[in-house]
Amino acid sequence: MKIHLPNSAFLGNLDSFLRGFDSTHPDHLEITANDQWIAVHPVVLSMIAALGLTVKPGNVRCGPLQARSGHYVVRMGLLKILNIPSSITMVEHEPAGRFIPLTQIRTSSELTSFITEMIPLLHVESEQAKTIGYIVSELVRNVIEHADAEHGAFLCAQYYKKSHSIRIGIADTGVGIKATINKSHEAATDLEAIRLALWPGVTGMTRRDGGTAQNAGAGLFFIKSIASVNRDFFVIYSGSGFYKLLKPSPTRRLRLNADPFGDRHSKRDDLPFWHGTAAGVDITLDQTKEFAVLLEAIGTTYRTALRERKNARYRPPRFL
Amino acid sequence: MTIDLFQKTGAFAENKDVARDIRVRDIIPALERHEEVILDFAGVGAATQSFVHALISDLFRQYGNGVLDRVAFRSCSEAVKQIIRIVVDYMQEGMGIDTEDAPEA
Repeated sequence: MKIHLPNSAFLGNLDSFLRGFDSTHPDHLEITANDQWIAVHPVVLSMIAALGLTVKPGNVRCGPLQARSGHYVVRMGLLKILNIPSSITMVEHEPAGRFIPLTQIRTSSELTSFITEMIPLLHVESEQAKTIGYIVSELVRNVIEHADAEHGAFLCAQYYKKSHSIRIGIADTGVGIKATINKSHEAATDLEAIRLALWPGVTGMTRRDGGTAQNAGAGLFFIKSIASVNRDFFVIYSGSGFYKLLKPSPTRRLRLNADPFGDRHSKRDDLPFWHGTAAGVDITLDQTKEFAVLLEAIGTTYRTALRERKNARYRPPRFL
Repeated sequence: MTIDLFQKTGAFAENKDVARDIRVRDIIPALERHEEVILDFAGVGAATQSFVHALISDLFRQYGNGVLDRVAFRSCSEAVKQIIRIVVDYMQEGMGIDTEDAPEA
């Protein structure tokens, strides 16, 4: 496998980074980087970390990080997690308020501890902390419960002062969304599986309305909706399927949709195959709505969606 | 019986395993003893939908929506109230109960 750290890979232009991922020869990983500059979204680092642990330590090769910004990759802990020695020396400042380095989470209790420790580190207001905690919890819990990923979830986050935003990336190398959804549904493609996974009330655990005792099939819909209400990017990539929630036009009245393809979005079903799932979200802190207001809007859409699904299934009697 | 959620979850209730344990070990046995259950969310600023679902959805399956006469929610923040409303609504929708014109609690 080959993966290249480009000079720019954020959610807005992530597609081109993903197109460059070479998933052949899965027993080796070669990491290369732009010589001049490396500026990447946390989801890129989370993906590389997750990928690196699927191959034997000796089979991961990382070219020299010559770019001045190469220290960012080191400070976020990528080389450490992949057990690659670094030639870059630096003074490590306290990360509090600026970033959360790459973290591997494998169990439910590890996640709870991580969230408890993460919130104060972010130095954000209480309402914003709720939103961030919510997103991290639901995304990582999906990995723990459904991904069957040997190495669990990898995540990291970065605060961007200029845009006053926090960007979060989570990746795993588990079974992927299609395998999980198809336990109870019939998605023909990875993209169709992503569409179903984002639809409220659809879970791979059952076809029954209301889900199971432990799963309702609402987590990803909530996250997409939070991003939508806050007018932020949200990306999900699994298998060869890719869905990106685009920022809605600031002049248009916001409408939450049950069908993710009803939102302003881009999608692809021909990207290099990612064995697992990766998700990225941007949270612009100035735009973060009060959490309860967010939930009220999401609740209304959820109820409408369930009613529509029920109505769609209704069959009238046939009188001959 | 009053269950202090903060003691079990902290300020952010998100661990579904904890929710399941509360449901199985505390709520259901109390309902089986015909006790009223009060879920006290004082100090819990927010909860995930997954947590609340794991906490109460199975009660609807086991006892029907009449369980809401026996389980009450105390000291909920606005965010927690919203999540509980969503879960309660979709569970009742799934039971064929129209929640569109439901009276406000």
